[in-house]
This record gives sequence, structure tokens and C-alpha cells, in this order.
Amino acid sequence: MTTAPDHSPTMAQASLWGRLEPWIPVLLIPALIVFGFLAIPATSSWLTLTVSGLAMGMMIFIMASGLTLVFGLMDVINFGHGAFVSVGAFVGISILLGLGSLTGAPSLMLNLLAVLLAVIGAMLATGVMGWAFERIIVKPVYGAHLKQILVTMGGLIIVEQLILVVWGPDEIFLTRPETLKGAITFAGAAIEKYRLLAVGVGLVLFLAMRWVLRSTKIGLIVRAGVQNGEMVEALGYRLRLVFIGVFVAGSALAGLGGVMWGLYQEVITAHMGANMMVLVFIVVIIGGLGSVEGCFIGALLVGLLQNYIAFLEPKLALISNIGLMVAILMWRPQGMMPVVKAK
Amino acid sequence: MLVKLISGDRPRSLILGLVLLAILVALAFAPFLFPGTRSVDTAARVCIFILLVASYDLMLGYGGIVSFAHTMFFGMGAYGVALASIHMGRGFDALLVGSVVGALAAAALALVIGLFSLRVRAIFFAMITLAVASAVAVLVSQLSGITGGEDGLSYKIPRALTSAAKYADEKVLGVRINGKLMNYYLVFFGSLILFLLLLRLVNSPFGRVLQAIRENDFRAEAIGYRVIYYRVTATCLSAVVAALAGSLFAIWLRYVGPDTTLSFEIMIDILLMVVIGGMGTMYGAVIGATLFVVAQNYLQNLLGAAEEALVDLPVLPLLLNPDRWLLWLGVLFVLSVYFFPTGIVGRLRRRG
Repeated sequence: MTTAPDHSPTMAQASLWGRLEPWIPVLLIPALIVFGFLAIPATSSWLTLTVSGLAMGMMIFIMASGLTLVFGLMDVINFGHGAFVSVGAFVGISILLGLGSLTGAPSLMLNLLAVLLAVIGAMLATGVMGWAFERIIVKPVYGAHLKQILVTMGGLIIVEQLILVVWGPDEIFLTRPETLKGAITFAGAAIEKYRLLAVGVGLVLFLAMRWVLRSTKIGLIVRAGVQNGEMVEALGYRLRLVFIGVFVAGSALAGLGGVMWGLYQEVITAHMGANMMVLVFIVVIIGGLGSVEGCFIGALLVGLLQNYIAFLEPKLALISNIGLMVAILMWRPQGMMPVVKAK
Repeated sequence: MLVKLISGDRPRSLILGLVLLAILVALAFAPFLFPGTRSVDTAARVCIFILLVASYDLMLGYGGIVSFAHTMFFGMGAYGVALASIHMGRGFDALLVGSVVGALAAAALALVIGLFSLRVRAIFFAMITLAVASAVAVLVSQLSGITGGEDGLSYKIPRALTSAAKYADEKVLGVRINGKLMNYYLVFFGSLILFLLLLRLVNSPFGRVLQAIRENDFRAEAIGYRVIYYRVTATCLSAVVAALAGSLFAIWLRYVGPDTTLSFEIMIDILLMVVIGGMGTMYGAVIGATLFVVAQNYLQNLLGAAEEALVDLPVLPLLLNPDRWLLWLGVLFVLSVYFFPTGIVGRLRRRG
């Protein structure tokens, strides 16, 4: 009889790289900001660009977060998501234009109240629309990706055309509320007030969403549903109801994003949602389908990169996001933080 | 012989067979049957769109891959011919070089996109093609020094293909035998040959594997087929044919611009033609494209007439404005995906 071979467990700490690796996506943002600092000669323009990149990223995140959750939860890919962005913008801006007395007043409180009313109106409209969209367009084609893509694309076309019917074919120009116009100067850099507001709203929303997903029961069910829907249903939860709720919330967030993007651009068109979808898809893909954190990081990366490159080499700005997507997919083919396993 | 020519893929329905035959005859003798610039132009468009839609169906109907970049490949072929004709001077060599270079560029781009997205999951492909296609469309309209921007490019094609070249003094059946006629038959036979090649392709073992992958990619992989290899090959072949269709379109129109070759609306048209005609059959492309192009030329007139008739009612005239015809196409599209997922061809075959 031989003695058992020696085996003494080794208690080595994971290597620095091993510990660092999960955090790489997060570290990419400061890395990109530092890259911008080195590449852009003047510090003041770097600061301006960084703030506007963050603002843009936050707005893209607001639009993209609903899409990624809807996909994660029910494996539904909604190409019509852009329709909610457009409708949100048109409803919200119409309310703002109607509240001329509030937006024209030089008081910050009144201005914010007007924006708040517009946002609530837009979110209500797109929320209801999302519910109807889910019922009419998406519900009959569960489980069939090909049909989903085709049908939601058809839905997008219909909604865009209906916007043209209701609001007319011309683009609508608008001005921001009185106290949100102009810029403040900080360390020699001109920073538009509205962009600061956008960054604030986006950050609050991200933290709130994280809190809901991590610390509430409903968030637990949503996250569990993303990971393994059948198991959650087997435990007795009606995932369909949760899903409709997420779909409606995602649509309402897209509407919010639409209002904010409209105020940012100061012009709205029926096609703005479809145009934004290009960036939204890039963000959703590089973030990893189903991941809110990945979506947030992806959105900030896209926003920052777009602004830096547009300053350094305007012609490259368009391709820069595609390049970013290619680079990230080469590194992590499932996106930075994939939640949904490849099906 | 005839069965061999269509690769043994019989219409399997008497009505379908007759309709296809009627379309073939009508297109083959279009300049004689329907004289007049506009109708010949419509016939040429029908030929080109049949080819374009058939190549899209190779991806969508046979491979189960949704792409939104098909107009980009179409445009690459068209811009290839346009740029070659401008820089090399008018001549057949320019047309040939432009077509070949355009097709190769389309194949290379399709390969890159396919390798990046299809190896993970097919749904990425739809999103990535959408992003790439829109970036290319914006790029083309911005790089006006090379592509002519929004205005597009006009160029000269060989004299033998224009109406200036006369081949016979007398008219045949009331039609002048000139270069324009030759141009039409170039488009017709080019489309026909490429279409028959596509038909051959989908009825080959390769096509069968592609259909198996569409039905169940996991099982196909388990049997031992490299799914990614088949999908990427189908994408590249489809892109090449689309680019060649673009070249034919450029030769026919003698003009390329973002609106005629790259716009997203054409992409929607293609989707609609595939879905209405019937996904997963090459004959669906023939029926869908013919029906759609003909309807497109007359639908806007119809809507205009309807608008005038209903001008007193409150909302209806706004909905029936000819500019809003995309709205009705969208509704038609959604309804046909729900209720006629197999399209016209599927319906006819089931009955037959």
C-alpha cells in the first residue's frame, strides 16, 4: 500500500492582473480621459470636450438602458426603440413650447419646473406607447428573432410617419429655457450649463437604476430573469408582467432621453430616434447585452471618444465609434460585461 | 434542359409557374411590348431589383441573417462603376474594372463584418450592419471631393450603350435598334444570368446546409458543419451579387447618388419585396420585386387621387398624402410578416 501523495494547498494571492481584470472596463473611462488630456493641446478645450462627452454619454445611456434590459430579460430585440426617442422628443418639446411663460422666465426654479413637466409628459406618452407597442407589435413574435427585427423595424417606420402626419414634415427648432442657456467658465473652459444638467440627470438615473436592480425585490427578480428566466417562472413569479413593466419603463426612459437630446441639439426631427439608434446599438453591443453597468460604461466611452475625435480629426468622428466597437469585440466578443449567455 | 437551367427548382404551383413565365416574357420583350422611355426604365429597374432582392434573400431567407447594409453593397458596385468611368474615361474597360473592384470591395467588407459579428451571435449582425451602413452613407455624402456628395456623380458610358449609337436604319416593331436597347439587354441578361447562378447556388449542397443552419444552427454545428464558415460565405456571395446589381444600375442610369443607391428607404423597399414575395424562395424575389417596383411607380399617383377625393374629411387627407406612402408600406410590411410569413410564393405553393 502506498501512501497518499503529498498535497499541501497553496494559498497564493491572485496575481495583480487577475485582480485587476474585472475592473478593466471601468478603468477604460479614466484611461480615455487621460488619453484626451495628452492628445488635446489646450487644457481648457479638453475640459469642455470632456464635459460634453460625458453629457452625450449620459443621454445615450438613458436611451440605451431600456433596450439592453428588454433584450436581457425576454430575448426581445427592439429595433423600434428609436421611435420612442422621437415621440418623447416631440411630445416633450411641444409641452415646453406651450409653456413659454415658464421657460422665458429668468428663474431657475420655474425653468426646471417647465422641463420637469415636459419630461413627465414625454415619459407618460412614451410609456403608454411602449405598452401598446409591446401588446400589438412585439407580443405575437416572441422567440423569433428574425420576425422581431422585421416587425419592430416596421413599427419604427409607422411611428416615424405618424409623427410626420401629426407634427408636419418640417424640423422644429427650439431654444433652451432662459437659465439653462449659456455657459459658465471654469478654469478657463466654457462649460454649457445644460451639459452639466445632463450629466447630473444621467448620473442620478444610473445610481437609481443600480439601486433598484441591486437592492429591491423587483430588481432581484429582473436580474434573476435575465440570468435564467425559466427558473424564475418555476419559482412562481409571473415574468411576463415584469417584462411588460421593464418594457414600459425602458420606453419611458427612451422618451426622457429624447427630450434631453432635443434640448441638447435644439432641433428635433422625426428621424432623430432612428439616427440615435446607431449609437445606441453600438453602446449596447460593446457593453454586453443585458448589462446596465456595461451599457453605462459603453455610453460614456462612445460619448467621450466621439467628442475627442471630432475635435482632433472631424472626418474620423463617424468611424471612431465603429472602430471602438471593433476593438472591443476583438478583445471581448460578447461585449465588456455580458450577462446573457450566448443563446 | 429547362429544368437543369433552373437547377431543378420547379415552381411547384401552376399559377406561380405561369406568373413567372409571364414576367420573364414581359421583361425579355419589354422594349417591344411596352415602348416608351418610362416603361422601359421601369422594366430595367424590375430586372435590377429582382437580382438585388434575390441576393438579399440568399442571406435573409436561406441563411436566416438580417442585414441592413445591403444597400451599402449595392452602392459600392454603383460607385465603383461611376468612379472608374470618371477616372478611366468612357469605355467598356472602365465598366469592367469598376464592377470587379466594387464587387471585391463589397466582398472584403462583408467578410470583415461577418467575421466580427456572426461568430458571436447572428443578432449582432443586424445591429452592426445598421451602424456600418449609416456611417458609410454619411461618409459618402461628406467626402464630396471623391463621391460628389449629395449631388452624386454623372458620367459617360460607352457610346455603344447610349441612344446615340444606331444599329439599324429601320425600326423593328416600331422600336429603334439603338444603344439604349443594347443597354437594356445588357441589364436584362446580366440580371438573368446572375439570378440563375443564385438559383444554382441555393439548390446546391451549400444551399441545403445554409437552410439547415437557418432551421437549427446548433444541430447543424453538431452534425459537423462550421456554421460561421457557411454564414460568412453566404454573406460575401450576397454582397458580391448586390454589388454587381449596383454596377448594372449605374450603367443603366448613368448617374449615382446617395438617394438612388445608399438611402435607407431602398433598404426598406428591399425588405418589403422579400417579405411580400416570400422569404426563402428565389422566385419570391421575382414576384416581390416586380409587384413592388410597378406598384411604387403608380402607388403615389393612387394616393394622390385618394387624397383629392377625400379632401373634405378631417384626418384622412393627411394620412393619404403621397409623401406619406412609407406609412402604408410600413403597415403592409408588419401585416405581411404576421399573416403571410411565407409570402405570395408560399401561399401559391401551399394551394398548389
